[in-house]
Amino acid sequence: MTRHGAAAWILAGPALGVIAVFFALPVAAGLALSLTDFDIYALADLSTLRFVGLQNYAHLLQTPLFWQALGNTLYFVVVGVPVSIGLSLAAALLLASRFARWQPFFRTALFAPVVTTAVAVAVIWRYLLHTRYGLVNQGLAAIGVAPIDWLGDPHWSMPAIIVFAAWKNFGYNMIILLAALQAVPRELYEAARMDGAGALRRFTDVTFPILVPTFVLVGILTVAGYFQLFAEPYVMTQGGPLRSTFSMLYLMYEEGFRWWNLGNASAVAFLLFVVIFCVSWVMLRFDRDAPGRR
Amino acid sequence: MPGAGAPAGGGRRRAIRRIGWGSVALAGSLAGCGRGKADPEGPLDFWAMGREAEVVVELLAAFRARHPGVQVRVQQLPWTAAHEKLLTAYAGDALPDLCQLGNTWLPEFSALGALEPLDERLAAAGIPRDDYFAGILDTNLMPAADGASRLLGVPWYVDTRLLFYRTDLLRAAGHAAPPETWSQWRAAMQDIRRLAGARSYGVLFPLNEPDPLFALSLQQGPVLGEDDTRGAFSQPPFRRALDFYAEVFRDGLAPPMTNTQVSNVWDEFARGLFAFYVTGPWNIGEFRRRLPAERQKDWAAAPLPGPDGPGVSTAGGSSLVIFKGSRRKEAAWKLISFLSEPETMQRFHALTGDLPARRSAWRAPALADDPPSQAFARQLERVRAAPKIPEWERIFQEMQLTAERVVRGRQGADAACRQLDAWVDALLEKRRWLRSRRA
Repeated sequence: MTRHGAAAWILAGPALGVIAVFFALPVAAGLALSLTDFDIYALADLSTLRFVGLQNYAHLLQTPLFWQALGNTLYFVVVGVPVSIGLSLAAALLLASRFARWQPFFRTALFAPVVTTAVAVAVIWRYLLHTRYGLVNQGLAAIGVAPIDWLGDPHWSMPAIIVFAAWKNFGYNMIILLAALQAVPRELYEAARMDGAGALRRFTDVTFPILVPTFVLVGILTVAGYFQLFAEPYVMTQGGPLRSTFSMLYLMYEEGFRWWNLGNASAVAFLLFVVIFCVSWVMLRFDRDAPGRR
Repeated sequence: MPGAGAPAGGGRRRAIRRIGWGSVALAGSLAGCGRGKADPEGPLDFWAMGREAEVVVELLAAFRARHPGVQVRVQQLPWTAAHEKLLTAYAGDALPDLCQLGNTWLPEFSALGALEPLDERLAAAGIPRDDYFAGILDTNLMPAADGASRLLGVPWYVDTRLLFYRTDLLRAAGHAAPPETWSQWRAAMQDIRRLAGARSYGVLFPLNEPDPLFALSLQQGPVLGEDDTRGAFSQPPFRRALDFYAEVFRDGLAPPMTNTQVSNVWDEFARGLFAFYVTGPWNIGEFRRRLPAERQKDWAAAPLPGPDGPGVSTAGGSSLVIFKGSRRKEAAWKLISFLSEPETMQRFHALTGDLPARRSAWRAPALADDPPSQAFARQLERVRAAPKIPEWERIFQEMQLTAERVVRGRQGADAACRQLDAWVDALLEKRRWLRSRRA
C-alpha cells in the first residue's frame, strides 16, 4: 500500500510540482499582494510597502468606478451569454438538420471567427461599425434607420461590443452543441414522431432535455470567459465612451499596469474570482436540479 | 513577488528563496547576454516612441560620422504601450541606456530613482540652461532628498496648447484680432454663434481631452495643495477655470462632444462647425495637409487667452534621459548632446514638425518666418509645469471625467469638485505618509 502510495506520488509529482509553481504559488502571491499597498513607491523602495489588510477591498467596494466596471461586466454577461449561446444553438441546429448540405464547409466557416485574432478582426469591425461609412449603418439606412454612432455613443457601445463578441465566440459553443445534437439517438425522434409530436414538440421534449447538461457546461465556460471581458473594449473603444465599456479586467489592467498599483489590481482579480466562482456554483446547483438529471 | 516572500522562516523557505534568486540571476544573465548589457563597449540601447523613433534613425548617420566608435541600437515603442513597457523594464532590470521620455512621466521615474542626474554633464557640454524655455526646463528639474533640485532629463522637443482659429469667421463676427482675455474670447464666441443663423459653435473643447481645461486652470493657480499631497480642486483657482469651461458649454458656445464623436476634426474645422480649437503643434502640419487649399488662408494660431491678458499654458513635450543602471553613460551623453545641437534640432523639426526645445534652434527660417510656429514661440515663453508627482497623470484624467459630468449636467460643480478632492486625497495618502516618515 505504501509502495503504491510512493509510486503514485512519484508519478503525480511532476504535474503537482508544475501546478504548485505555476498555479498555487502565483495565486498565493497574488492574494498576499492584494493585502499590501504595493505601488510605484514600493517598487522603488520595498521598505515603503505596507500591510493594509482588507483596505484595498474596502476601498474598491467604495469606488464608483469599481461598481461601474462590475455593472458593465454584468451587462455584458447577462446579455452577451444568452445571445452567444442562442446563436450557437441556432447554428448547431441548422448544421445538424437533415436538410443541411455542405455541412463540413459551413461548420468550418462558422467556426472560423473563433480562431481569428481579436485585434485583427476588431479593426475590420471598426470599419463595419463606422458611423458614416460603415456597412452596418448603410444596411440600417436601407431600411430607414438613422445612423447610429456605435462606438461613440455610451448607449450603443456595449451592444456593439456584445455583437462583436458573440460573432467572435459562437462557433466554439456551436461545435460542442453540434456534437451533443449528433449524439441524440435517432430512435427517440422516430418514437416521438410516431406519437404524433410535431417539430416544435420534438425540440422541447426530446432535444432540449438531452441538451441540458451540455447547456450547463457551455454556460459555465461562456460565463467564466465573458466575465473576463478585456480584449474587445481594449482594441475597439479603450473602455469608453464615458467608461461605458470599462470591464472588471480592464480595471485590473489599468490599476496594475497603467498605474502600477499591484495591491489594488490583485484585489480586483480576487473579487472577480469570487464573482465567477459564485455564479458558476449557482449554475452547477441548477444543473443538479435540472430535468435532464432526474 | 517581493510582498509574498516577506514572512519567511525555516530552512526550506531559505532554500526556495535561494532557488528563486538563482533563477532571477539566471534570467538576468540571459537578458544581459541578449542585450550585451555587461559590456561597456557594446552598442548603445536607445528607446524612442512613435514617429520620433523612425525619424531619429535618419539623424544617426551624422552621429556615426562624428563618433564612429559608438554603435546605436534604436528600439521603437508605440506610444500606447511605452509606459507599461518602461515600468516593466524597470521592474525586470532591463532598461535601455537612454530613452525618450514624455516629460509628464519624469516624476514617476524620478520617484523610482531610475534617472541619472545630468546637471554636470549639461554644464560641461557648455549648453546654457537659459537657452531652454524656462517652463519646459522646469519639468525636468526634480526635487532631491537634500532639498536641491536635479536635472534628470534634457528637453528634446516641446509641446503646448494654444488657439487655432478661423480668421474669416472671427473677422465676419467683427473681431480684427484674436482674443487675449477670457472676456474677449467669450464675446468673440458669442458673436460667432450669432453669425449666419448659428451654424458655427465658438470653440471645440473635446470632452475627453483634459489639456484645455488644465491649461485654463494653470492660469488661475495650483490644483494641489500641502506640498502636492492634497487636492485643491474645490478652491477658487480651479473653480474659476471650471466655471468658465462649463459656461462655454452651457451657453451653447461649444458642442458637448468627445474627439471620437467629431469624426474628422479638420473637415469640421474647414466646414466651420467651430471657430476656435485649443490644440498642439502637430496640428500645424495636419492643418496644412488636411484642410482644403481654399481654406488655407483662413486659419491662424494665437497664444492662449488668460483671465486678464495672454495666459500660460501646459508645458509638454519629450526629454532625453539616461538610466542610472547604464554602463555606457559617456556614450549615451554623446548622443544626447548631438541630438541637442541646434542644427540637429532644426533637421528634426524639418522631418517631424516637432518644435525644438532650444531657443537658438528657433532661428531657422522654417520657424522664425512661420506665423503659426511663432505663436507657439510666444506661448512657450509662458508655460508652466504640471504637479511633479507620479500620480499626476491619473489625477489629470479624473479631473476631466469630473468636468465632463459637470458639463453634461450629471453633477453640480460644487459636489463634483468636493468628490474629486476626496478622491485625490485618498490617492495621495501614501505621499502624506512618506512625507511624515521623512520628517
